[in-house]
Amino acid sequence: MAKIAIDPITRIEGHLRIEAQVDGNTVSDAWSTGTMFRGMEIILRGRDPRDAWVFTQRICGVCTTVHAGTSVRAVENALGITIPYNANVLRNLIENAQFVQDHVIHFYHLHALDWVDIVSALSADPAGTAKLQQSISDWPLSSATYFKGVQDRVKAFVESGQLGPFANGYWGHPAYKLPPEANLMAVAHYLEALDWQRKIIRIHALLGAKNPHLQTYLVGGMATPIDPNSQNAINADKIAMLKTWFAEARGFVEKVYIPDVLAVASFYKDWAGIGAGLGNYLSYGEFPLDVNYSQFFLPRGVILAKDLSKVLPMDHQKVAEYVTHSWYDYKGGDQNALHPWDGETQPHYTGPQPPYDQMVGEGAKYSWLKAPRYDNTPMEVGPLSRMLVAYASGVKPVKDTVDFVLKSLGVGPEALFSTLGRTAARAVEALVLMQAAEGWVDALSENIKRGDLKVHNGEKWDPATWPKEAKGFGFFEAPRGSLGHWVWIKDGAIQNYQCVVPSTWNGSPRDAQGRRGAWEEAVVGTPVADPERPLEILRTVHSFDPCMACSVHVTDTTGREMLRVRVK
Amino acid sequence: MNEFPEGLEKRLAARGVNRRDFLKFCSLMTATLALPIRYQPKVAAALAAATRPALIWLEFQDCAGNTEALLRASRPPIEKLVLDILSVDYHETIMAPAGKQAEKSLLDSVQANKGKYLVVVEGSIPTKDNGVYCTVGGRSAMDIARQVCGSAAATISAGACSFYGGWPAAAPNPTGAVGVKDLMPGIPLLNMPGCPVNVVNLTAAVVHFLTFGALPATDQFGRPLFAYGTRIHDNCERRAHFDAGEYVQEWGDEGHRKGWCLYKMGCKGPATFHNCPTVRYNDGVSWPVGAGHGCVGCSELGFWDTMSPFYRRLPDVKGFGVEASADQIGVAVVAGVAAAFGAHGVISAIRAQRDPIAKHKDGATPVSTEDTPQAGKGA
Repeated sequence: MAKIAIDPITRIEGHLRIEAQVDGNTVSDAWSTGTMFRGMEIILRGRDPRDAWVFTQRICGVCTTVHAGTSVRAVENALGITIPYNANVLRNLIENAQFVQDHVIHFYHLHALDWVDIVSALSADPAGTAKLQQSISDWPLSSATYFKGVQDRVKAFVESGQLGPFANGYWGHPAYKLPPEANLMAVAHYLEALDWQRKIIRIHALLGAKNPHLQTYLVGGMATPIDPNSQNAINADKIAMLKTWFAEARGFVEKVYIPDVLAVASFYKDWAGIGAGLGNYLSYGEFPLDVNYSQFFLPRGVILAKDLSKVLPMDHQKVAEYVTHSWYDYKGGDQNALHPWDGETQPHYTGPQPPYDQMVGEGAKYSWLKAPRYDNTPMEVGPLSRMLVAYASGVKPVKDTVDFVLKSLGVGPEALFSTLGRTAARAVEALVLMQAAEGWVDALSENIKRGDLKVHNGEKWDPATWPKEAKGFGFFEAPRGSLGHWVWIKDGAIQNYQCVVPSTWNGSPRDAQGRRGAWEEAVVGTPVADPERPLEILRTVHSFDPCMACSVHVTDTTGREMLRVRVK
Repeated sequence: MNEFPEGLEKRLAARGVNRRDFLKFCSLMTATLALPIRYQPKVAAALAAATRPALIWLEFQDCAGNTEALLRASRPPIEKLVLDILSVDYHETIMAPAGKQAEKSLLDSVQANKGKYLVVVEGSIPTKDNGVYCTVGGRSAMDIARQVCGSAAATISAGACSFYGGWPAAAPNPTGAVGVKDLMPGIPLLNMPGCPVNVVNLTAAVVHFLTFGALPATDQFGRPLFAYGTRIHDNCERRAHFDAGEYVQEWGDEGHRKGWCLYKMGCKGPATFHNCPTVRYNDGVSWPVGAGHGCVGCSELGFWDTMSPFYRRLPDVKGFGVEASADQIGVAVVAGVAAAFGAHGVISAIRAQRDPIAKHKDGATPVSTEDTPQAGKGA
């Protein structure tokens, strides 16, 4: 029996500590600690709500775009603004590229080293790797010479004695199961994906100036103009570039990412029975098919206790946050959960003073993350939740792809509730989105052909047109899951702002009833061969693709005198 | 090409690097750094050194945006930086080990390369309450920064947050967030602000350091002149429209579609020093003004408070000398193009006398006006 601390959890965004109780080579309990706090919501108060997206986008540079998109939706919702058709399509296209780029980077650069032993690749037979590659897809980079070149490069790197980011890895760990040839293939694709992500994200520069941190959102629409007769706007040439780049992106997903996930998964099928976690899944719905947000490409809904026969409707009024085990105080006591409209938080650190080895024990506060709950129930959010809600709602492309993956691996739908299921769901989502992208580009050009060049609804751009007071909810499905912003505007300025983000749902500490958050719950039951090298815990935590920068935030309601920015 | 050091080709071959591509990259870097072409062999030699220089990348109160920018590097691409040019010994977002093993990688590198390694810092450093607002491995960001930057050959602060505190330091700065220069004045430091940093500039600065063993020349804010020496407004592709009094008046209007000047929509290009218009982003595809949205001034000190509200145009004559005049130009344009040119000539003369930007260049504070919120001084 041992309590182990993994801090920092690397290959994630941000600062996370996991403590785990290990009994007889199995995790029996776990605690998730967010160790960084900045205070976005305090900073937003008193500012121009039209600026909020520029600020909130900077909550996270990995899932850049998602807080920007949520923020403009929140303000538009508060002010009753409907965006033009083109703006909705542009936002969807930007988000599509974001999802796919993010998912691929996650698999190859953040998650792969949990499954792939780089050192083992050195003993691979390149001809064997070529044979494996050719058996799983017709991707052109598949010759023995090519893989020999990659192997030589890795060999020279290892022999240099300077292992850089790969030093002190878990190489040779008994939990690694891939044969050397598969490891070599994965290493080659690790490098290819680095090159791929840089190229395909040019879609963001084309539609929104740059990535990370696009500069193109506006309350009321988008700032990239459309005009077939201008070089300074989205025109036929740019649409052709979009199509080319989306096609390149899709090629890699179809011929490399999906086959790799299937190939790797086939060696790790035991992980389809590990890491299930809570069994409750939430999705706000994303990729609106109309400007009234009445229909989504990936639907909105709630699944409880793994019951795929029922998809319950989602109501944001049922979202509430606890701080019982978080470093904040509630005026009315820490036992109550508060809806973000009434969000009330006062940061109050009671953890150990740095430097420290041990986080405080049972019953104490131990994280900068709050504990959001839906209808007073802990939920998992993310690609698995979205795919399950879509699958259970009968969305055809999702159902077909999920069934194809399950059939390829020879497992049933119950395998989805697992560490492996989470990783597979992310790949399924990338594929489904890539298959849809071209149609969305066509929809944009068809609309332009009809003469509709509108990208912005300026009716309420001027704050003089706003009501004295307004409240709004902005929803989003980010790559990592359900994201909500709640804004309260008063006299043209932000009175209150609150974000409840995906990694807060997943990484939440315990609530007033002592119930664990999604990571904590999923890690329980995970086997650990060597507590000194807890590779298996990383697998399950990484399967959620944690994003800590997003997950910590606070609203200050102490009535502190805030600077009021005059809005013209 | 026998000026190149002995053994270079062999080392390149061993690393699987194509010689031609490599030399092409070296000449590009030489050009980005505005160095005479005769420096190219020196650049090449530095980039193919027998022992790769160690780089430690620290993340504090960050969003990983600068890390993501690094992943978009194309000159050289990220995989060459990591595998062939540098030894990236610690970078939480990409490194294989976690926990104890990750901490070991950091300490090993600091000890083995004392005084020789390069550090990049991303994110602000909270100084309030003993630094409890950001800990890694149980240690505060302050503690780690002092140790790691304190023994480095040089530190580069990448992005707005490690420059001066960034948005965490925006009013009322709840965690006492500061930049590297505030925590450790006096260390060899290069500030590379931007939100995030433009990776073309970051890699150029690294190459400069590897080539000359010193940091490039800077302005009074510690920013390298090669990247922050000119004003966006002066290199802007839309400048001709500003001079001609052609402004975007509403999002999506004819001027917006035709690529006219975004000044009236709040563009901060006239108050911002950065080479965005020339190097652009993501392999040169675009940049904010080019894509139709004004500049927000992200490379300037305190920009979250001094440049916001972002959609309000830069203030009038009192502080700046453009706004009222720009309106006059608009009127003049209706009267005739010649009149507009005349009006602008007068404005230019006024601006030369009163433009705080000129002072800014010489060391005074950036744009400040009675109209600008007095926030951002921290709390």
